[in-house]
Amino acid sequence: MFAFRGVDYMEIDSLFSDEEKLVRQTVREFVDREVLPHIEEWNREGKFPRHLVPIMAELGFYGANLHGYGCAGLNNVQYGLIMQELERGDSGLRSFVSVQGALVMYPILEYGSEEQKNRWLPALQQGKAIGCFGLTEPDFGSNPAGMRTRAVKDGQHYVINGEKAWITSGSIADVALIWCRTDDGIRGFLVERGTPGFTARDIKGKWSLRASVTSTLALQEVRVPACAMLPGAQGLKAPLRCLTQARYGIGWGAIGAAMACYNEALEYAKARKQFDDRPIASHQMVQEKLADMITEITKAQLLALQVGRLKDRGRADFAHVSMLKRNNVKMALDIARAARDILGANGVADEYPIFRHMCNLESVYTYEGTHNIHTLIIGERVTGIPAYK
Amino acid sequence: MKIAVCLKQVPSRDSVLRLNRAGTWIEEVDISYEINEPDTYALEEALMLKEKHGGEVVVCSLGPARTQQAIKEALAKGADRALHFDDPAFQGLDAWATARVLAQGLAKEEPDLVVTGLQSDDFGFAQTGVILAELLGLPHSTIIMEVQVTGRALKVKRELESGWFQWIEIPLPAVLTIQSGINKPRYATLKGIMAAKNKPIQRLGAADLGLDAAALVPRQKITRVYVPAKRAQTEFFAGTPKEIATKLVDKLKNEARVL
Repeated sequence: MFAFRGVDYMEIDSLFSDEEKLVRQTVREFVDREVLPHIEEWNREGKFPRHLVPIMAELGFYGANLHGYGCAGLNNVQYGLIMQELERGDSGLRSFVSVQGALVMYPILEYGSEEQKNRWLPALQQGKAIGCFGLTEPDFGSNPAGMRTRAVKDGQHYVINGEKAWITSGSIADVALIWCRTDDGIRGFLVERGTPGFTARDIKGKWSLRASVTSTLALQEVRVPACAMLPGAQGLKAPLRCLTQARYGIGWGAIGAAMACYNEALEYAKARKQFDDRPIASHQMVQEKLADMITEITKAQLLALQVGRLKDRGRADFAHVSMLKRNNVKMALDIARAARDILGANGVADEYPIFRHMCNLESVYTYEGTHNIHTLIIGERVTGIPAYK
Repeated sequence: MKIAVCLKQVPSRDSVLRLNRAGTWIEEVDISYEINEPDTYALEEALMLKEKHGGEVVVCSLGPARTQQAIKEALAKGADRALHFDDPAFQGLDAWATARVLAQGLAKEEPDLVVTGLQSDDFGFAQTGVILAELLGLPHSTIIMEVQVTGRALKVKRELESGWFQWIEIPLPAVLTIQSGINKPRYATLKGIMAAKNKPIQRLGAADLGLDAAALVPRQKITRVYVPAKRAQTEFFAGTPKEIATKLVDKLKNEARVL
C-alpha cells in the first residue's frame, strides 16, 4: 500500500477554508493511524472495529453537522470531508458513521420529542449508544411505500409486527428507528434493544461491507409505549428526508474510495516495470485510464462541493443530492474497476485496498436509493414526469 | 504557568519538491504545508503541562498568511491564543533574525516557559530556540525527552549520544527545545476546530515590534540548493571471502553509510 498525499488536480483545496481543511486533516490522520493498518484484517474476518466507536465519538464524528446536544455543529462541506476521508479508509466504517448521524441522530433531532432528544442525542453523539435505521424490508427496497411492517395502537402502546432487512448496525444497535405503517400513515418508532419480540440476526456471507454489521430485524408483537413514536414524522416524506441527509454524505464518501483506488493505481503504475524495464505508467493505455480517473474525481469533487455549499445556504434539495450520489458512486465504482485492471493480478489481492473498495462500492451503488432510482429522480426533475413504475 | 510554543510551518513531509529557478530554495507555489513535526511534540508537551498545572498556552509563529493554517491547528488542539509574526520584512530570515523577531514578540509576554521543536524539518539548523533563549536572557536546555515541574524550576531529561540520558534542573523562566517522539500529539477534535474560530490571533508586523528591516538582515545565506547527482558505480573486491566481507562491511558502514 502506498502513502496518500491527497488528490487535487485542479487546486480545489483553494476552495476550502482553513477550518474545512483542518477537519479533513483530523479524519485523514485518524484513518491513516487507526484504520488502514488493520482494515484488510477486519475485512477478511468480517469484523466491525467496535473499539473505534468511542474514539470517533471523542473526535466528534457522529452527527457532526448537527447543532446542539454536544454535536460539533460543522458546516456541510466539513461534514462531507469527514465522509470522504472515512470512506478512503473503508465504506463500511463510513456507513456506520452515516447511519449513526444522518439516519438516527438527524431524525431524532428533526422529528423527535424533547424527551427523546435529551435521552438519545447526547448518548448517540458520545458513542455510548449505537443506532440503526429500519426502513427497507425483504420485499420492499426501492418501493418503501409498499412496506408491510405495521404498528397498531393499543391504549397507551403500539404493537409492531414485521421484518426489516439490510440494516446497517442492526444487531449492535441500542436503539432502532423502525418505520411502520399505522392508521395515520407511515410513522417512526424508537425501539430499544432487548424489547420483547425484537430480535436481530446478522446477514452472513457478504462479499461487501465486511467491516460493518448488516442485519435483518424481526419484530413479533413488539409492544412500545406511544411516546416511542417520533411525533414530528408522518408519511414517507420523513424517512426520505433522512435518506437525503445520508445520501449527501455518501456522495462525498465515494470520492474517498475513488481517491484511494486512484492513488494506489498511480503509484503502482509508476513503480511496476514491464517490457524494456519501463514502468507501466509509460504505456498509453495505462495513461488513458489514469487520465480518465483523475478527470472523473475532479468533476466529482466539484459536484460535491457545490451541493455542499448549496446545502449550507439551504438551497440543496433531494434531486441535487440524487445527482451527487448517482454520479459519484458510479464514478468510484468505475475507478475501482479500472484501478484493479492496472494492478493486474495484484489487484485481486488484499495486500492492496482496491478489490475491497470495489466490492464495497457494489453495495454503495445499490443502497440509499439505487443508481436507477436516482436516475429516475433526476429524470422526473427535468421532465416533470414520474417514471418509477 | 504561561507557556509559549514557537512553531513553524514547513512543506509537508510527503510533498513532491521542485527547486526554484534560481536554485536557492524550493518552488513554494504548489506544495502543501504542515506544522514542523518536532514542534508538534513541543505543542503537545505544552498542552499536557497546562492540563496538569493550569495556565495558558500561547502559540507563536513567524511566516506569511498561510501560516494561519498551522496556528489554527494549534488553537484547535487546545492552545489559548496566538501571536502571528507576519511582515514582508520577515521573509527569508535566518535562524538568528527569526529568533530576534520571536524574542521581541515574547519579551512583553513574559512567559514562564518557552518550548519549541528541536529543529525544523526544512532548514534543520536547530538554532532558533537556542538563540531565542540567549536574546531573552533565559537559561535553556536542548533535546528534551521529559519535563517535570518542581515549583519554580524544572527537572528535564536530555538525550545524549549513544543511548545516554542526562537529568538536569533548570530554573524558570526557561527555554526548552523538545525532541521528537516524546509524546503522542493529539488530534484536533471537530469541536476544537470550531472553538478555535473564536480564539484570538494577534498579527504583529515589524513596526509593532519596533524592528526595522535593517535590524533583520540575515547573517547567513543559502547560495545553492541541489539534488545529489546519482552515479552508477561498480566496485569489485578481490581476496578470500573473509577479506571481501570485511571490505564490504567497511564500505557499507563508512562510504555508503547504510549500516
